[in-house]
Amino acid sequence: MKAEGKVFRYGDNVDTDVIIPARYLNTSDRKELASHCMEDIDSSFVSKVEKGDIIVAGKNFGCGSSREHAPIAIKESGVSCVIASTFARIFFRNSINIGLPILECPEASAEIKAGDKVSVDFSSGVILDETTGKEYKAEPFPPFMQNLIESGGLIPYIKENY
Amino acid sequence: MAMTMTEKILAHAAGLDEVHPGQLIMADLDMVLGNDITSPVAIKEFPKFGKDHVFNKDRIALVPDHFTPNKDIKAAEQCACVRAFARKEDITNYFEVGRVGIEHALLPEKGLVTAGDTVIGADSHTCTYGALGAFSTGVGSTDMAAGMAIGKAWFKVPSSIRFNLTGALRNHVSGKDLILTIIGMIGVDGALYRSMEFSGPGVHSLTMDDRFTIANMAIEAGAKNGIFPVDDRTLEYLKEHGAKEPKIFVSDPDAEYEKTIDIDLSKIDPTVSYPHLPENTHRAKDGKDIKIDQVVIGSCTNGRLSDLEAAARVLKGRKIADGVRCIIIPATQRIWLEAMHEGLFDIFVESGCVVSTPTCGPCLGGYMGILSEGERCVSTTNRNFVGRMGHVKSEVYLASPETAAASAVMGYIADPEEVGYEG
Repeated sequence: MKAEGKVFRYGDNVDTDVIIPARYLNTSDRKELASHCMEDIDSSFVSKVEKGDIIVAGKNFGCGSSREHAPIAIKESGVSCVIASTFARIFFRNSINIGLPILECPEASAEIKAGDKVSVDFSSGVILDETTGKEYKAEPFPPFMQNLIESGGLIPYIKENY
Repeated sequence: MAMTMTEKILAHAAGLDEVHPGQLIMADLDMVLGNDITSPVAIKEFPKFGKDHVFNKDRIALVPDHFTPNKDIKAAEQCACVRAFARKEDITNYFEVGRVGIEHALLPEKGLVTAGDTVIGADSHTCTYGALGAFSTGVGSTDMAAGMAIGKAWFKVPSSIRFNLTGALRNHVSGKDLILTIIGMIGVDGALYRSMEFSGPGVHSLTMDDRFTIANMAIEAGAKNGIFPVDDRTLEYLKEHGAKEPKIFVSDPDAEYEKTIDIDLSKIDPTVSYPHLPENTHRAKDGKDIKIDQVVIGSCTNGRLSDLEAAARVLKGRKIADGVRCIIIPATQRIWLEAMHEGLFDIFVESGCVVSTPTCGPCLGGYMGILSEGERCVSTTNRNFVGRMGHVKSEVYLASPETAAASAVMGYIADPEEVGYEG
């Protein structure tokens, strides 16, 4: 599986309240959630994001609430992958459970700039910044999580195994 | 192998003799929780698991507390979705308005969690029940749906950080001040993926309400769970609330901790977290220059009876400052009733506060106290992120009930001592 797109760049501790503000949590409609994605941190995100684009952020991405609406909004907006130095734990497991690809890579997180064209090869964990030509390697997931991801998320995994 | 109490609980739940940090396990769940925001997503996903019914109708709690009483048509529709599912599946622990309270105050009050339990909740503050010596952690809606379908969840066993508490908190200092201080020390990712274990001789001096507040905010340091050892206060609480027989797990003396942080409780000051992260802590007494527009006293963090009593001690015979709105939100119906019987509502209303029905409401910028551009609120809630309580240019300052009440009286961020009362 591969992803390719331009980069939206954010800092440390991007919380779920700015990814999808709670005032929009009176719905679980994916398209509606996506229409407010990142609104409180980047009001132009929704108008600029294109299918395949990639979010690169600092540490503790997705901290705060357990709302799965956050990774759902990001996935539905067309983002193909989130790269961060670290992820908050609930956002991490929600992303794996719903099949939003995420990668932890401190070096890529530190160096990749907004607007760079980046490609990601999920099987090898290789992140290539096509704008600068620099290559990074993300930490591979443990086999259990690989299985979950390859099954397409938690629902197919549970159906197959329980 | 020596294990921490978190490791022992997870080993028990996974049916294993031992587990070690980093190990991925499937654990049996004693309780699966959801609210009116997260449950609708889980309920939509539930049929995809191909199970006819939920794994156990007694071990699921559906608590519509965030936007209830319904704040708008969409919220009403989400609650209707939860209600219909609860009826269809005959969920024992579904709580309608009139019986509902804020989930993390309600479940312990109803005796639905006991020591040694493994609990997931589609709400990040599910870590609250660590106060009872349970392993409990927040998850998302798909995890909740899976939990309802098969009664299990996957976990990576966390490594642990031990907070060795000594001494006792001073007058006007509460569990909230302690946990804010700790988050200020270690940062909002200081315990990322880890377990925060609170132990040491100082634990016994902490009331159960203090422990709930402390465990509740473990997530604000990024932790998977916060947990307290079980002592006579825990057992008394569990008995009083009709909880199941406790399963007591004790950390081995030689269990492995990533680190131990010593904290002298007597050195903790009334503490306030400034915008826009809980780690941005300051002493309450240094906040005189910060004029405020609103105070909120409530939430799963600080909406319990002792929190309201603490606020009332400050507010008795005093007036909320001109230009300040003070909103009091008892966390459950039982707390509401007890506060009323104790005469706290007379104190609140006479001082110029408004008292709400139980709801999460303003904590997450839902309703019942939304801030406009440029407004500042001192709040006993748990997050002060950008836009958390309303406008993206509003500000939330996190504090204890006493500090919040003192600030309401003074009109700026104030240490409870500034009000000059006998507490």
